[in-house]
Amino acid sequence: MTMRHTISILVNDQPGVLQRVSGLFGRRGFNIESITVGQSEEVGLSRMVIVTLGDEHTLEQIEKQLYKLIDVIKVINLGSKPMVGRELALIKVKAETSERPEILGVVDTFRASVVDIGSNSLIVQVIGDSSKIDAMIELLTPYGIRELSRTGVTAMTRGNA
Amino acid sequence: MNEQNTELLSIEQLRKKWMSPEVISGSEILLRSLLLEGVDCVFGYPGGAVLYIYDAMYNYKEFKHLLTRHEQGAIHAADGYARASGKVGVCIATSGPGATNLVTGIATAYMDSVPLVVITGNVATTLIGTDAFQEADITGITLPITKHSYLVRDVKDLPRVIHEAFHIANTGRKGPVLIDIPKDVSAAMIKFKPDDSINVRGYNPRTVPNKLQIDKLVQAISEAKRPYILAGGGVIYSGAHEELFEFATRTEIPITTTLLGLGGFPSGHELWTGMPGMHGTYTSNNAIQQCDLLINIGARFDDRVTGKLNGFAPHAKIVHIDIDPAEIGKNVAVDIPIVGDVKTVFEMLNPLVKRTEQADEWRKLIQQWKSDYPFRYTDSDEVLKPQWVIEMLNETTNGEAIVTTDVGQHQMWAAQYYKFNHTRSWITSGGLGTMGYGLPSAIGAQMAQPDRLVISINGDGGIQMCSQELAICAINNIPVKIVIINNQVLGMVRQWQELIYNNRYSHIDLAGSPDFVKLAEAYGVKGLRATNKEEARIAWQEALATPGPVLLDFVVSKTENVYPMVTQGSTIDQMLMGDE
Repeated sequence: MTMRHTISILVNDQPGVLQRVSGLFGRRGFNIESITVGQSEEVGLSRMVIVTLGDEHTLEQIEKQLYKLIDVIKVINLGSKPMVGRELALIKVKAETSERPEILGVVDTFRASVVDIGSNSLIVQVIGDSSKIDAMIELLTPYGIRELSRTGVTAMTRGNA
Repeated sequence: MNEQNTELLSIEQLRKKWMSPEVISGSEILLRSLLLEGVDCVFGYPGGAVLYIYDAMYNYKEFKHLLTRHEQGAIHAADGYARASGKVGVCIATSGPGATNLVTGIATAYMDSVPLVVITGNVATTLIGTDAFQEADITGITLPITKHSYLVRDVKDLPRVIHEAFHIANTGRKGPVLIDIPKDVSAAMIKFKPDDSINVRGYNPRTVPNKLQIDKLVQAISEAKRPYILAGGGVIYSGAHEELFEFATRTEIPITTTLLGLGGFPSGHELWTGMPGMHGTYTSNNAIQQCDLLINIGARFDDRVTGKLNGFAPHAKIVHIDIDPAEIGKNVAVDIPIVGDVKTVFEMLNPLVKRTEQADEWRKLIQQWKSDYPFRYTDSDEVLKPQWVIEMLNETTNGEAIVTTDVGQHQMWAAQYYKFNHTRSWITSGGLGTMGYGLPSAIGAQMAQPDRLVISINGDGGIQMCSQELAICAINNIPVKIVIINNQVLGMVRQWQELIYNNRYSHIDLAGSPDFVKLAEAYGVKGLRATNKEEARIAWQEALATPGPVLLDFVVSKTENVYPMVTQGSTIDQMLMGDE
């Protein structure tokens, strides 16, 4: 059954490592829904979080193929454990003065924030799981979204694990 | 040059000689490191970005380098050297076009898990990314076809990188590793002292299998009524041929070896049933389809072996032994997965297994098939039949030669009709199917095994893709016997067009090929031609009696096909058997 999976990959912080990982997904026909990369807790290692779609067999192949890359230190399938997944989005929404109170109401309800105000637009920053961001976008769409930038999901397991 | 420099020193002597730290160039570090890795022959082609490296060679007379006439020749030679010796093959090319000319050879080695260290030069670090003259992002280009790669930006990383590259290339599932060295890095001076430590955190191939899985396999063997072994190239790469022999003969389980596994088990043995797959034997293909236990040892369930996956080995419990966990379950669902080095697996397995009587019926059936359905062809006294030529080579050499091939019909006939008694005696491009591979790989194999007879079997198509390497044979007196199975067409393409594309022969006529005998002679290689059996016997005896390289142009029947044949989309027991 095709499902959404979140995979956390600890990699050597080497030039080209993102290309190695994304190239592997491309070549073997694995899907990348989102990919985030940044520093990890250890100097010299980066953490990538990839959200992918596929069945169990595909997921198993993704993990095994990733482990074949010399620069990959550890692969964790976060979907198999309780996890926290967060994404950040910046949404520039058209906002005439008359519409602003309404928009701010939506922003408050979602515990998002307004990080910039222009003469007829606002930039809304929203952080949460992807479905929350999808919902936020849906609610702001009627006002007119001028620009949208999502980071993709970063994630980790809950608790001490 | 003083004479002392030409004296060959052992690796230990070299290590001692270079032990005190010395300021030398990146290029010298490269040469010293290669010598310390036990490399005794490198194939290459110089150019702008590797000039410092070639300049350093001028002073290192112990460093043996063969100048090929094309980079593709260099890398296939390194590949043939690696397959014939079990050591890492090394080649060197310059940046840009030199490096991109290696791509086919890197992909060939990657598909067949051949350990190579590929050295490319690059433009200076300050020029990288500027589209400088002869610049190519070779690490980027080769990312999907290398086991690992390095772009060395700092000369102080060079000793570690070379040492790691050899380690990665020749352990676990073997494969090509590329080291890209910018020109200024090969020129930079630094203090160097040999080091042999290894610390690659993300690389820990698992060689020892899980004991519980071994026990499951032992149990499965004791219960099976129709057990069957499918052995692949992993047996050869792991050096496990003796252990495989013990396993098969102890259990008396019939065995097939894949194209790359040929020689991993003696071809003449009673238990051996021939190659499986698209051009495999009736026996092997039916045995796979009817067995109740299929033990895959170091083979990757390639589509040329499995045919239509849905319907492959439908009655079998499937065991897959492989050093690469990613191969297990990739194409075929597996009941007993065993991750480990094949040799180690056998060492644990062999003491626990024995022959079972309930498989006697099966053994009888297999022997029946073997005698009822051998490879066969209709011989002729008018035209030379390619199968007959291979049989002649086999009989006159007693199956003792190293055979390398190009790709196509001749390759399949060689696989079918030459019989291998030894491991590392069959060198062919299986996974990528690379035309042009035959001649240069034979040169590499002969460098690795100077005392053995090396026969390179080619088609008239493939030989023309790297025929320039005849020069290397001549100039270095490399005594390979170069056989051309000359049918004046692209035979395998012709066969497919006949059988699958309704005789629509599109662009397969090789008219315009050179007179191969004259071509050989132009390079200073002896050339001989045969158009019938008598001439063939005489020419071949003359070739065997000639100490140097010889090219033999065997002009054969144009319309011969390779049988059996499983067409795509069929299960492997649905074979076209050819004319009866």
